[in-house]
Amino acid sequence: MKSVRQTALDVQHGDASALSVLEESLARIRARNEELNVFLYVDEEGARAAANAIDERVARGENVGALAGVPVALKDNLCQTNIPTTCSSKILEGWRPPYSATVVDRLVVAGAVPVGKTNLDEFAMGSSTENSAFGPTRNPLDTSRVPGGSSGGSAAAVAADMTPLALGSDTGGSIRQPAALCGLIGVKPSYGLVSRYGLIAFASSLDQIGPLTKTVTDAAMALEVIAGHDPLDSTSLPEPSPSLVAHVEDGVAGKRVGVVRELIDGADEEVVAAVERAVEVLKEAGATIVELSVPEFRLGLSAYYLIAPAEASSNLARFDGVRYGLRVDAEDVTAMMEATRTAGFGDEVKRRIMLGTYALSAGYYDAYYGQALKVRTLTIDAFRRAYQEADVLLGATTPSVAFEFGSKTADPMAMYLSDVFTIPSNLSGEPAISIPFGIGEAGLPIGVQLLGPGRSEAQLFAGARVLEIADGRP
Amino acid sequence: MPSLRREDVAHVAKLARLTMSESELDKFTEQLGQVLDHASDMNALDLEGVVATAHPFGLINVVREDERRPSLDHDVVIAMAPDAEDGRFAVPRILGEAP
Repeated sequence: MKSVRQTALDVQHGDASALSVLEESLARIRARNEELNVFLYVDEEGARAAANAIDERVARGENVGALAGVPVALKDNLCQTNIPTTCSSKILEGWRPPYSATVVDRLVVAGAVPVGKTNLDEFAMGSSTENSAFGPTRNPLDTSRVPGGSSGGSAAAVAADMTPLALGSDTGGSIRQPAALCGLIGVKPSYGLVSRYGLIAFASSLDQIGPLTKTVTDAAMALEVIAGHDPLDSTSLPEPSPSLVAHVEDGVAGKRVGVVRELIDGADEEVVAAVERAVEVLKEAGATIVELSVPEFRLGLSAYYLIAPAEASSNLARFDGVRYGLRVDAEDVTAMMEATRTAGFGDEVKRRIMLGTYALSAGYYDAYYGQALKVRTLTIDAFRRAYQEADVLLGATTPSVAFEFGSKTADPMAMYLSDVFTIPSNLSGEPAISIPFGIGEAGLPIGVQLLGPGRSEAQLFAGARVLEIADGRP
Repeated sequence: MPSLRREDVAHVAKLARLTMSESELDKFTEQLGQVLDHASDMNALDLEGVVATAHPFGLINVVREDERRPSLDHDVVIAMAPDAEDGRFAVPRILGEAP
């Protein structure tokens, strides 16, 4: 498929119809969806109606928006009116939301065409999409390997050229890690930049929605559309959407880039080598390189795997068989709720609910949850100190390239460790972007990560663009 | 930090409204124990005086004028329920046997 930018230009200028773009997307989905298990639901009829409406508006000479005719894939934890939304869980199978997420409304207003809902780790809990109740998604670049997770379906949709744009959600790396494993740009925006209204909550103080694309400019275009204040999300930042596309070519001359040892140590040799090459590229582009050590980042994993489950145990209490979704009948209401939750949730979701319930329970609250919240403060303070010495930070996105199916499923802790480089940004609520940079020995893409202070997205896109050009994608 | 016991897991399952088989209790005790052991690196820290952060930005209450505005349609919402009666959610009995 053509890029987001080119597709929108073609449709705006009448050089291609939105319908012909959509038909190409649908044909590509039909060709590989059975093999890859990317989409859980494809809304062919709704997407055709939306594409036709755009074409009619183009014919009337109307302004059709920044994303005119761009087919977009939505992670299936984003609500879309009357379109099945499952979170890849049996507990929501068959449920059709009565409203759309704010991001979906904004995409549609900008002329994008939602084509369907993509697979994820159940309730976004996982790093491989193997935790889906509807089977794993395969990595389009090597079908013996995972696409990463939890936004694995969204990453696979773009990597397999089914759509040029997908939205995911990132609680501990769930956009950036699959982006790295599938060779894509993945953005975790500043907390509050993008409305979470209509995103089914996993860990509310960490969740953010962001784009997955093949180019930096495409990601900037999509983020501009979905960002900005929303009165329906009380944690939404008060300001309007920032200008991002205009800054993509700003470069890094004069910027201080902090290379963080803790965002590299423990990664495979080829990943470390990619980060080192990125350092050289940024230096040649005029950046000053600063070597940094931020030991607090090592504690992030421990804090995250108490904070996120604690919030999840509370958020997922709403799935009780009363108002929507699955109900397993039993003689009284408590037995019904227990039977429903036991049948409806998969193992990883149960693990996290149990962990969170334990961390919040009487006698353990201070030792676990209370301690984790203090470590969160340490992480935020450590970022603040690092940003006194550097404008942006650089590291690896993941310790390794895409791994094989089943290689980490028996050992939850091994799976959790694949998020070690992405978690700090979620704890601090600050933005980070993963950029494909080089190919490893197995022929699979490697991702490097740029991190910045709150609301510094424009600066991150500019840095990412420098790396993109150096990696041979002018 | 206290180590996780099988009876803790059984108790937490009850609190979380999840039924656990005997073999699941064994598996979850081991797996959750590993995560908690990993978290014990936080215990070595002196966190006296460190303020807890529950949220990345200092949240303040967001209020609006107390005025009527559109919301979800009642019938649409009730239609999503597994069971409903007279426009209300229906559930199995919530009290013990009638005397």
